[in-house]
Amino acid sequence: MSTSHDTTPAEPTFYLIEEDAHDTDAAHASPALLGFWIYLMSDALIFATLFAVYGVLATSYAGGPTPQELFELPLIALNTAFLLISSITYGMAMLDMHDGKLRGVQFWLGVTALFGACFVGVELYEFSNLIAEGATPQRSAFLSGFFTLVGTHGLHVSAGLVWIGVMIVQVGQRGLVESRRRLTCLGMFWHLLDVVWIGVFTFVYLLGSLP
Amino acid sequence: MSAHDATPVDVHEAGHSHGSRRSYLIGFALSAALTAIPFWLAMTGVLESGATAILVVLLAFVQIVVHTIFFLHVNTKAEGGWMLMAFVFTAVMILIVISGSLWIMYHLHGNMMPPPLDAAPPAKM
Repeated sequence: MSTSHDTTPAEPTFYLIEEDAHDTDAAHASPALLGFWIYLMSDALIFATLFAVYGVLATSYAGGPTPQELFELPLIALNTAFLLISSITYGMAMLDMHDGKLRGVQFWLGVTALFGACFVGVELYEFSNLIAEGATPQRSAFLSGFFTLVGTHGLHVSAGLVWIGVMIVQVGQRGLVESRRRLTCLGMFWHLLDVVWIGVFTFVYLLGSLP
Repeated sequence: MSAHDATPVDVHEAGHSHGSRRSYLIGFALSAALTAIPFWLAMTGVLESGATAILVVLLAFVQIVVHTIFFLHVNTKAEGGWMLMAFVFTAVMILIVISGSLWIMYHLHGNMMPPPLDAAPPAKM
């Protein structure tokens, strides 16, 4: 979207649709970023409905285990740290992208993926512990809501990991200029997952473990 | 934007602004503190539950704003202001969906749930 003019909605932007990404200006003028942002907002609404479901069902234990008995806050703190660090390392990749440092971008993307993988690993460990204790999704409405909300977030992070892997290869093949728009979209996706996680650790884990 | 960002490369990128190293580090420091404090409050239980709950939720909202500004770079200029518009609209929708669901289901629960099992059985007709 051109910013040298007024932001009149009638501005015909349709002819800009990613015809080519060879020209940096055209690549950056792509409406894809705003479009992807709208997608992310709709994704946030999906999480909003899952949060609402969890909020409604959070005390429906059906005689099963309660959050105070199940949640291990040190593990969640570790996971939160992993995701927060992966956000700042993605920021470093974006800075290197703007400086045109290809190796730096690949390095920081790799670090980000590593922390993301640690997050998913710890989450799977937590889930397997819960299931081993008999706290399965089918045990109570509270646990159904919990696994749906936290699991959906975990699936998003896993999808982000695949995307990061693809981008590490693709920036090597096609260069930074052509990958700029995709890296920016991936960055927004990754940072939004961290924002959703703030909601998860606050409303599910911290509030759930209060006496 | 710090001074070293004012290179020609950045001029045409005003459409979607990105942060400087400084802004990323400020954002990271803020969100690290905003994460550590609620975990510390909940794990040590220095305050009583009610106060802890209010503080934890408040800090979460502050942290979401910090992430939105420093990591997602939402501001009044990004994408001609439409990024902010979409964000505010979504925030309002999220608020309505969550608070509305909790409100309705709370009353539905209060009005329609059968009495608990240990309560006296209803008198037979």
